[in-house]
Amino acid sequence: MIETQGLTKLFRDKKRGEIRAVDGVSFTCKPGQIYGLLGANGAGKTTTLRMLATILEPSNGTAIVCGHDVIEQPEKVRANVGFLSTATALYPRLNAQEMVEYFGRLNGLGETELKKRVDDIFSRLDMNSFRDRRCDKLSTGMKQKTSIARTLIHDPQVMIFDEPTLGLDIMTARTIIGFIRECRQRGKTVIFSTHVMSEVEKLCDVIGIIQSGKLLAEGSLAELRERYQELDLEEIFVKVVVPHYQPEEAA
Amino acid sequence: MSLRNVGIVYRKELTEALRDRRTLISTILVPLFLFPVLSVGFGALAVKLVGKAKEEVPKIVILGGEDSPQVLEGLRKLDKIEIVPTKSGWKSQIVEREARAAVEIPQDFQADIQSQKVDLVKIYNFQGDIKSEFATEKIEAYLNDYHDSVVKDRLAAKNLPVSALKPFEVKKENVAPPEKVSGAAFGGIIGYMVILLCMTGAMYPAMDLTAGEKERGTMETILSSPISRLHLVLGKFFLVLTAALGTAALSVLSMSVSFSMLSKYALAGGGGKAAAAELLLKLGPKTVASLFLMALPLAVLFAAALMTIALFAKTYKEAQSYLTPMTIVVVIPAIASMLPGVELTPKLALIPILNVSLLCKELVTGTYHWNYIAIIFLSTCVYAAAALFLAVKMFQREDVLFRS
Repeated sequence: MIETQGLTKLFRDKKRGEIRAVDGVSFTCKPGQIYGLLGANGAGKTTTLRMLATILEPSNGTAIVCGHDVIEQPEKVRANVGFLSTATALYPRLNAQEMVEYFGRLNGLGETELKKRVDDIFSRLDMNSFRDRRCDKLSTGMKQKTSIARTLIHDPQVMIFDEPTLGLDIMTARTIIGFIRECRQRGKTVIFSTHVMSEVEKLCDVIGIIQSGKLLAEGSLAELRERYQELDLEEIFVKVVVPHYQPEEAA
Repeated sequence: MSLRNVGIVYRKELTEALRDRRTLISTILVPLFLFPVLSVGFGALAVKLVGKAKEEVPKIVILGGEDSPQVLEGLRKLDKIEIVPTKSGWKSQIVEREARAAVEIPQDFQADIQSQKVDLVKIYNFQGDIKSEFATEKIEAYLNDYHDSVVKDRLAAKNLPVSALKPFEVKKENVAPPEKVSGAAFGGIIGYMVILLCMTGAMYPAMDLTAGEKERGTMETILSSPISRLHLVLGKFFLVLTAALGTAALSVLSMSVSFSMLSKYALAGGGGKAAAAELLLKLGPKTVASLFLMALPLAVLFAAALMTIALFAKTYKEAQSYLTPMTIVVVIPAIASMLPGVELTPKLALIPILNVSLLCKELVTGTYHWNYIAIIFLSTCVYAAAALFLAVKMFQREDVLFRS
């Protein structure tokens, strides 16, 4: 479960002064649900998700993830979160197994439990053929699988995906989409950000449209269609965003 | 504080470092081979070149002296030189290295000696050219002998003993043990090398574990794990410290082997026991342990300071441009300690790097000023603690970690 209340992040820039990257965002994301954060580049998606993963600290407001406050108990939050983004790369000089084991140990797993989980995940994701291969020698698809294994090793209740399919080919992107669905089936709370409409239409139970750091609209696809009298999600998005759109906004 | 988490990060960083060619070169290969190449290699080469230069029979030009046949004959008889014909441009003969030196015998030189008139004999050479200097020495030696024989004859003519011109003799004698003599000669260099290699050993891992991690995109990955930033920075810091100390340890080891090899070479090469004693530098276990103890807080200071600075950079290249000038900051005080006459004072004992460098010089000569050792150790510990505190603080700053 994720609950945010007036989540705000301010950055200071020498040239532009104070930037409100995220401005009073409040939403709830329930277990067994996929919440899609839809927005243009620089709308505030990544900053919101980084705050939920406690990589950044909110300037105002708060968020409760799995019952833990992101400001008060960031380490407990991270122990319950699996975070995957295009910016979460792998250690090039570790092999796939070492990479996953490292994060298992950091999550407090004992060696016996860790071995069991690694074997299980590697079989499930069909990774045994490259478990001893260094990460810098893996193909993009193999890297994505290793990243997924890294996020799953501690069996987190909340999964946060920040534009997980950005720059991936169709087949690798499908693996990720399949994995996100599987997370929902397993009853996990899933939030993911994207600007790809088709992904949102396919996956999301709840859609939040974000622009200029503000959550401008929220609801299921059906609710949004009814509210904005448009069938196509892209048209709905444009209707919501255009009055607030300022190109080249801060992320 | 969870030592387990610090240990997990340290082990992972160590695994990666041992698989990284650049780290292995800067931490292991450079310190292991730098000293043998610098001291034994260049030392042996220098001994060989000097020996070869000494063996050469130099070509000498004689200017004038036609009216001083005795002097000319004496010079011609010297089997250590070869007289070459005089050309009008004899200076260019020396400059072009066709002749090594020229000796100018003044007109009526022998007659002037007889009449006890003082003349000036000039030797022309190529200053700084070792072969020309050796040729000059040979001519000087002959002229000095001739000078002494004239003096002897004059004293004999007046029935005076040679001692009349030599009422007493002066002799200097060294009382310092050979290791202290060689320590005074090499102590400064040892301190300088240990400090410099401590720094260069820490430099690469410090960049790789901070800016390198940002550049590769793994910083966000690790920050999304439950490990606290304090544990993360400590795990990384201990790896950088290991690299700094490992480099220093290997450099001391390589240095002691190199010096003992150099002393053996000097013996075998006919340098004589005196040269060997001067070169022989025995770094006993006590000296090595003391050097390490003093290098420890300095290594902590380097590791923490370099990590703090490198963390500001977004890329490895940017980190390099920040850290390369740091080498000069370290080298200058280390070199200053090698200047003649610079010794430890209470004020200098508080200047970081310079104090340890000066102390290393003393430790190598076997001198232990405990009050200075205490001041330097404690002050360096304070600087090191401040740098480590700053490094931890930097890892908690979002604007540094996610600088755009």
